[in-house]
Amino acid sequence: MNQFEPKILGFCCNWCSYAGADLAGTSRMQQVPNVRIIRVMCSGRVDPTFIIKAFEAGADGVLIAGCHPGDCHYIGGNYKTIRRISLLHNMLEQLGIEKERLRLEWVSASEGAKFAGIVNNFTERLKELGASPVKAQ
Amino acid sequence: MAKPKVAFYWNASCGGCEETVIDLNEDILKVADAVDIVLWPVALDFKRKDIEALADGEIAVSFINGSIRLEEQENMVKLLTQKSGLVVAFGACAHIGGIPGLGNFWNRETIFERAYKGVPSVENPEGTLPQERTTVDGCDLTLSEFYDTVKTLNQTIDVDYYLPGCPPPPDLVMNAVNAILQGDLPEKGAVLAPAKALCDTCPRRDSKPEKISISEVKRPWEIKMDPETCFLVQGVICLGPATRSGCGETCIRANMPCRGCFGPVDGVADQGARALSAIASILGLEGEENMSEEETQKLVDQIVDPAGTFYRFGLPASLLRRKKM
Repeated sequence: MNQFEPKILGFCCNWCSYAGADLAGTSRMQQVPNVRIIRVMCSGRVDPTFIIKAFEAGADGVLIAGCHPGDCHYIGGNYKTIRRISLLHNMLEQLGIEKERLRLEWVSASEGAKFAGIVNNFTERLKELGASPVKAQ
Repeated sequence: MAKPKVAFYWNASCGGCEETVIDLNEDILKVADAVDIVLWPVALDFKRKDIEALADGEIAVSFINGSIRLEEQENMVKLLTQKSGLVVAFGACAHIGGIPGLGNFWNRETIFERAYKGVPSVENPEGTLPQERTTVDGCDLTLSEFYDTVKTLNQTIDVDYYLPGCPPPPDLVMNAVNAILQGDLPEKGAVLAPAKALCDTCPRRDSKPEKISISEVKRPWEIKMDPETCFLVQGVICLGPATRSGCGETCIRANMPCRGCFGPVDGVADQGARALSAIASILGLEGEENMSEEETQKLVDQIVDPAGTFYRFGLPASLLRRKKM
């Protein structure tokens, strides 16, 4: 039997979360291979278009990881991300895409274990949710 | 020399696009002198068979308004493509889906349930729904198929140019007609309107401070809107930052915010996502570093219908095209 393996697109900011993901890798922490990471300069660089495009292209989940509030390399990029993701959650629900499929997390460069945990947990949750409703159509 | 043949056709639309042709005023006489209108259901009595009788490519240009909701509309526009040299998607519905495109939050089943059973003013005890084929007194009656999803014109046929707007303003229509008559056309696929965002040409542009921060979202009926101040400064959601200019700012001049009928500017794949991005950035911008999660949620929830607001005219042309159900 084929077990459903969700495809997750991850956007990690250059300064904190990408380094955090890297740390998880170099520390050989166990994590599932379901996330494909794209490095961006800031979580604020993640245009909502990217996220919608990811769902349209068949992603089951999208993970945005950025610096903790107050730690943004560009001072306030992640604050905008908070509000964009929050508003996008409301909009995606209206379009029939569960808000749990889009996750915003804060991962600093030292939080490799946290990153691995998020990846495992998100993948688990998406397995429960099943394939994206966009794919079904 | 024979005058070039021109067709006007309508699909899922309101008739406003026909109105804008009339709004050309005296200029319509120049158009009528220069061309030979072979189809215009709102004004002239030509039928489908008249179009079928034409040679392929015989019509110089077809101006087609409305989105595609019915099988009959799809068939007709396919016939028009075959008979036309150029196809112009005329107006917001043909261009990006328009108001009928809001039907993509529903599907055929839920729309029929509501329209033929649920509406309080409807009396339908037997629960009869429109059928594609019915037999009455031994005669077969047919109706066109009603699709689940509203499509834009270019999701149905190959479109050469787009005239945006709900409806397109007469000056843009006249420019387009002149350009076609003179053969002075831009690259195929162009939107025949300026490439800038509405904010750039907005008459209230000077009232816009360097930094806008919305601390409370207001809906147009909730406040007395100042007729000279940028709507966003007043807390009213305006899609000017994410919408193409060229409309003549008629809504703004009538003291209503932009609702996005001109669609996205060049190079933008999803108007709603862009509008959402712009609006979310300025929501509570002042003091954003001290805003709690609850406060953020409360502020964001003040936009009660984000999908309907940001995709008011453009849901079928958006990346997701419709609600997934």
